[in-house]
Amino acid sequence: MSEFKVSIVSSNEEIFSGSADMLYATGSLGEIGIAPGHSPLLTGLMPGPVRVCNGDNEETFFCSGGFIEVQPDVVTVLSDVAERADSMDEAKAIAAKEQAEKDLADNKDNVDFAKAASQLAEAAARLKTIQKLRKKI
Amino acid sequence: MANTKEVRKQISSIKSTRKITSALEMVAASKIKKTQDLMFGGRPYSEKVKEVIEHIASSSSEYSHPFYEERKNKATCYIVVGSDKGLCGGLNINLFKKIVAEAAENQKNGIETSFALIGVKAVTFFSGLGGKVLGQATKLGDKPNPEDLIGLTKIVLDEQKKGNIDRVVLCSNKFVNTMTQQPTMQQLIPLTHGENEETSTSTQWDYIYEPEAKVLLDGLLTRYIESLIFQAVLENNACEQAAKMIAMKNATENAGDLIKELELLYNNVRQAAITQELSEIVGGAAAV
Repeated sequence: MSEFKVSIVSSNEEIFSGSADMLYATGSLGEIGIAPGHSPLLTGLMPGPVRVCNGDNEETFFCSGGFIEVQPDVVTVLSDVAERADSMDEAKAIAAKEQAEKDLADNKDNVDFAKAASQLAEAAARLKTIQKLRKKI
Repeated sequence: MANTKEVRKQISSIKSTRKITSALEMVAASKIKKTQDLMFGGRPYSEKVKEVIEHIASSSSEYSHPFYEERKNKATCYIVVGSDKGLCGGLNINLFKKIVAEAAENQKNGIETSFALIGVKAVTFFSGLGGKVLGQATKLGDKPNPEDLIGLTKIVLDEQKKGNIDRVVLCSNKFVNTMTQQPTMQQLIPLTHGENEETSTSTQWDYIYEPEAKVLLDGLLTRYIESLIFQAVLENNACEQAAKMIAMKNATENAGDLIKELELLYNNVRQAAITQELSEIVGGAAAV
């Protein structure tokens, strides 16, 4: 086994798919180099370059964090598009929740408005019918 | 009898409506390709994450994650993916009806129901209904960003970890083809182990985890669920454009039919008026 399959994907697209004989990346505990036949490994990926070498060819991709899964003959790099940090996630969660609460509060007015609008339409229709009937008489 | 002026006014108003619907139809038709490309573009990631998750499930990991835990179902959260804009036929309402039916069923069985809403239409529908809304994400546009969904996903997953939610269901429209969109409900949590039985029994192996299993699995499973939700949003976008195109096509055709009918009526009315005038003239002349 002198080479292994590599696929690098982000949530928007497939970035790279092919074979390689060596791969370098920055794991969450430091730089790692993966040769064919590496034992199964699962680790976080730090923002940084991922180098894929195949013979004399070398390709470099930038990954802004994510995960890397290593099987003896397959390496999968799951790259995040978004910059991630726990504190940022927290802020987003709070924002999503606040938005929901705010909308729910505002929505009362909206619902009333929709109700009023439908009542108005009904009244107008009734008026129209009455007028039509009058014309006939 | 209606008079000619009224009918003419109606015809011209329907004609301008038809112009709008046919323009919307063309806009939707041009967007279909783009949204479909996005939908297919997102697939490799969710497939790969799924593969990794399945590998993990088949490995003899020492750590079991709460997302796999089968609990007694006391509270269910529905993540509802709706569109931001209307005028797309029964796309949203078909899905919402299905959810409402299930929510009613839940209420009978004493299961608490909450919602996490994506898309303006879902928000207006379900907050009007008076359900408990955990979080929402709206106005994602034609090119949604995975970042916009992080907050919403986190709320739901945190609630699940705290034990306030036992089951999470993702509700969205599945893109079958341009003519058909299938409202579907997919259970996210508890995660089901795939059909890996034969691989898991043959070899006993586990990953080397760096730094540790708990952190990694937590992160990966969160990404997996995020990717499923994101994929559902992309798919729903493709559905929306397809449904919009069909709805607007029908509207344009109906407007054409209506105009034909009204023109017939208009000619009838005009003819009747002419005949009446003539007979009046003839009658008048005879009287003289």
